[in-house]
Amino acid sequence: MGRITLEKVRKAFGDVEVIPPLDLTIEDGEFVVFVGPSGCGKSTLLRIIAGLEDVSSGHIEIDGTDATTLPPAKRSLAMVFQSYALYPHMTVRKNIAFPLRMAGFSKAEQDKKVEAAASVLNLTAYLDRRPGQLSGGQRQRVAIGRSIVREPAAFLFDEPLSNLDAALRVGMRLEISELHKRLATTMVYVTHDQVEAMTMADKIVVLQAGRIEQVGSPLELYKAPRNKFVAGFIGSPRMNFLEGAEASKHGAHTIGVRPEHIEVSAEAGTWKGKVGVAEHLGSDTFFHVHLDGESDPMTVRAGGEVGMSYGDTIYLTPQAERIQRFGQDGLRMT
Amino acid sequence: MATQHSKAAARLMISPAVVLLLGWMLVPLTMTLYFSFRRYTPLRPGNEGWVGFDNYQRFITSSSFLDSVGTTLLMVGGILFITVVFGVLLGLLLDQPIWGQGIVRILVIAPFFVMPTVSALVWKNMFLDPVNGLLSHLWEFFGATPVDWLTQAPLFSIILIVSWQWLPFATLILLTAVQSLDSEQLEAAEMDGAPPIKRFWFIILPHLARAITVVILIQTIFLLSIFAEIFVTTSGAFGTRTLTYLVYQRVLESQNVGLGSAGGIYAVILANIVAIFLMRIVGKNLDA
Repeated sequence: MGRITLEKVRKAFGDVEVIPPLDLTIEDGEFVVFVGPSGCGKSTLLRIIAGLEDVSSGHIEIDGTDATTLPPAKRSLAMVFQSYALYPHMTVRKNIAFPLRMAGFSKAEQDKKVEAAASVLNLTAYLDRRPGQLSGGQRQRVAIGRSIVREPAAFLFDEPLSNLDAALRVGMRLEISELHKRLATTMVYVTHDQVEAMTMADKIVVLQAGRIEQVGSPLELYKAPRNKFVAGFIGSPRMNFLEGAEASKHGAHTIGVRPEHIEVSAEAGTWKGKVGVAEHLGSDTFFHVHLDGESDPMTVRAGGEVGMSYGDTIYLTPQAERIQRFGQDGLRMT
Repeated sequence: MATQHSKAAARLMISPAVVLLLGWMLVPLTMTLYFSFRRYTPLRPGNEGWVGFDNYQRFITSSSFLDSVGTTLLMVGGILFITVVFGVLLGLLLDQPIWGQGIVRILVIAPFFVMPTVSALVWKNMFLDPVNGLLSHLWEFFGATPVDWLTQAPLFSIILIVSWQWLPFATLILLTAVQSLDSEQLEAAEMDGAPPIKRFWFIILPHLARAITVVILIQTIFLLSIFAEIFVTTSGAFGTRTLTYLVYQRVLESQNVGLGSAGGIYAVILANIVAIFLMRIVGKNLDA
């Protein structure tokens, strides 16, 4: 089974500490997403779990056994890389069979498992092609196929969808989620895209500069972010922050209101401002509103068809119970 | 290159180069063909004339012909084998992050800049000499009888010298190929449970296949015409007479230009056969 425990794991490259000591438990069968801005150490953390990077100190346990110094091949983990890392000179069949071949399975067994994996991933028709002849989405599926044939204790995904176009990304997102439900195997998924994190995860780990900012279910993070960073990172478009007098009214250093928690009116409201750029998505319209006396524009969500245009006066009213308050230290006040 | 006018201008512009190259190639080839059908012995004048395929007949039936073809193939094959095998190993080694990498790489490439005649002389006098050579000192140090390399293992000695010259070329090309391998592929193979030897065999070597064929193709073209190394070491004695060297001997030592020219044409044919095979292999590899 695939329970992964990190205990005081620390990683430094020379003098640069990219991951300060960190504790994390990934339960068996969980879909855990590491999310954070680029350079936050999420990929490094994944590679440490995979065994492709050594820890500078600390312990890793996989399945209850100490895996700190085990080589990658012995950890019974499978990894899907950002570039897919398919072997270009091998056919799809051979690519998928490669881990089995290395593990010394018989030819017949290899074929059986490859066929099974291919039918799960709709690759049967492409088994004799080479990776170069496949589309991005198909390559992605081959990479996943190569990882599932070994029946690993856990899957590791390193930004697997970032090379796909938007439509394909949504499709693959569903496929991976479905695969997780079907296999019920632990999956650790790294992404910088908070939409992927929100839609797929059982548990999200938000990282910044190698530190874990918060761990929780998507809705926990959305409703009760621990600090300003998480509040700003989770949710799209991002949360609006106000400081100064407005914040003082609520007894906080900073207050945050999400775009979807603000009422829009042309006549009256708490805050007055001018409409800036509008983004029409059909179902919603996002207005960038320049509040009087505020330097940063505020994003608000309005219905699909709102009769307001650039330069109009607009009144905004935040939903009082949805306002998040943050103290001087950035932590959320309760 | 869009309009009629610019096309005509372009043709006019490149014509000097084309004419020069064509002349450079065609004139010697035509002359060789011409001489190969004639009796032409400058030191014994008076009996010139057309002899048909007589020269070809004589060249191919002489006992030295088959020997020289065998020697040529053995020599080229041996050098290719050594340079490719060690080129791959050196390429992998130089890809590792080591201290003073830049200087090491330049040193490795240096032999390629030494002229063939010079390197052959250096090897002959400094390494292979049975009295003063470094190798004989080494042999003596271990209490063994020094080997007279150029008489006891002449073919191997020449292969050694030429391999030393061409190893940098192979290393350079193969090093860049090694560097172009996506490191994620190796990591994926590692995750898939492939130990280092299998990673080399299943991932690195197939990746290098294209570069290896390029190395083989280019080297073969140059190696078929090895001359200086043979000339300054054994002068074609002790079974080191290649086809190129045989042609040289026929023309300059026996002063039989007609016979040598026929040999030259055979060498052209041999080179073309090899080239066709190589092109096929390379073509297949470059397509994939």
